[in-house]
Amino acid sequence: MMGFLEDLLGNVFWQAVIKSVAVLVIILVVALLIVWVERKIVSDMQNRVGPMRAGPFGVLQTLADGLKLLFKESVLPRKIELGAYMAAPIAAMVPAFLIFMTIPIGRPFTVGETVVTFQGADLNVALLFILAMSSMAVYSIVLAGWASGSKYPLLGGVRATAQMISYEAAMGLSLVPVIMFASAQLGGASPALGTMSMSQLVELQQGSFRGFIPGWFIFWLIPSFVIFFISAVAETNRAPFDLVEADQEIVGGYHTEYSGFRFAMFFLAEYINMFNVSAIAVVLFLGGWLGPDFGLPGWIAWAMPLFWFFLKTFILVFIFIWIRATLPRLRYDQLMTLGWKRLIPASLVWLLLFAVVTAWRRFGAPWS
Amino acid sequence: MVETVLFFIFGIAAIFGAISMVWARNPVYSALGLMLTMFSIAVFYVSNAGHFVAAVQVIVYAGAVMTLFLFVIMLIGVDKSESRKDDLRFQRPAAVGLLGLLIAGVLIAGSAAWTTGTRQPGADVNGTIENVGDMLFRRWLLPFEITALLLIVAAAGAIALAYFKPGDEEGDAA
Repeated sequence: MMGFLEDLLGNVFWQAVIKSVAVLVIILVVALLIVWVERKIVSDMQNRVGPMRAGPFGVLQTLADGLKLLFKESVLPRKIELGAYMAAPIAAMVPAFLIFMTIPIGRPFTVGETVVTFQGADLNVALLFILAMSSMAVYSIVLAGWASGSKYPLLGGVRATAQMISYEAAMGLSLVPVIMFASAQLGGASPALGTMSMSQLVELQQGSFRGFIPGWFIFWLIPSFVIFFISAVAETNRAPFDLVEADQEIVGGYHTEYSGFRFAMFFLAEYINMFNVSAIAVVLFLGGWLGPDFGLPGWIAWAMPLFWFFLKTFILVFIFIWIRATLPRLRYDQLMTLGWKRLIPASLVWLLLFAVVTAWRRFGAPWS
Repeated sequence: MVETVLFFIFGIAAIFGAISMVWARNPVYSALGLMLTMFSIAVFYVSNAGHFVAAVQVIVYAGAVMTLFLFVIMLIGVDKSESRKDDLRFQRPAAVGLLGLLIAGVLIAGSAAWTTGTRQPGADVNGTIENVGDMLFRRWLLPFEITALLLIVAAAGAIALAYFKPGDEEGDAA
């Protein structure tokens, strides 16, 4: 058995196949769980019970809904542009899936000779890749909005472009201090050039200072974390930034004309994206899968990093849902003001400050 | 082997995108075709270990094509398709002639022997972004910063040209 596993994981192609399938399974299970968790938390905050019938505490409700959507008729409206209409749900799922491929969810382990990472692919340009993929994600929404041949989806799609492009700028700027800090942490190492690889960023957060505060980046980079998180909420079109699909104004926004499983794909993509940005925040600021394993034996110690990763990520997902249940939706001009006049200047100022401090710590005062 | 397979899949995709960019009746599909071509080229960069260039290619061009989308939707309208009436009668034969010239050029260039530089030491496959960063921010820092300054001046100039009307002393033409 062990020998077979070793051969399988030793082969690059089979390892890639196994990882891709694993990522797909994990991501779908996580999305189903998050939908259920969201319904339960929101209903709790609104003094309701939420789904209770399917499975214990209604945990299978999402699965039931998904099956229902799978078997429902997929209505094709008359005025659609067929090609783009069909492509849009796929274009929504693909970037979400690819972003998750780059996130390390656990400590690498060895099977025989090969080192197996809990990560689809350890890219050296991971952060840029994530930004690229999140800019690809806008396409699905605009395509869906345009191809539906209907007014409300078009409004949603056009809103989405403005919103996601604006907040992408703030998001990208808030990530620069992370890279600078990682480079400073690497300082003494032989290449001394810094890194963008997700797995290395996690490893740089190992250790602690003063014995009990973990060496996570968030303790140096709280402004970055706050800006990243706000723009992440806007990037994933979650309340209070859900103007793209504001039910009261434009029915369902870009997915108004979709039904059946095509709608379900948009729905899943939104929740996967929510998980993705939470996971990215965990990797960049909260130490990724790092956490104490309390000296537990064998496979428990092996599984502890996974536990810590999912715990941290689900705490951030909870904050997402909490925000959704608490804050009312922003007006459109408020959204743009927040993006361009608050977040981008704030992240620029923070970037400059941090650059000066980093340079000072590394090279000494300018007059010395 | 992987490289060959990738090359054929994405080479065909790139050509298909380029043709549909010119051919499509609806400008939205033209924009999509352009994006497909850009994306396929990014895949070529990846298979040549230019990860950084590939990521930047997707970020920059995906954003650019997005603006094209908006232009199409806002300027042309949602459901207008382009008329195919050809006013310049010579341009289709000319296009065929130029295509022939291009193919001939590719064939001639491909049959000639090429002199290429030797591989830089230290430019290992998994370190493209480190190498780019090293070059940009250490060796070529001054040219890089001057280029950035030039681009900012150009952007500010473009805004000034578009925003301020002639004879408007205060410049608050909102």
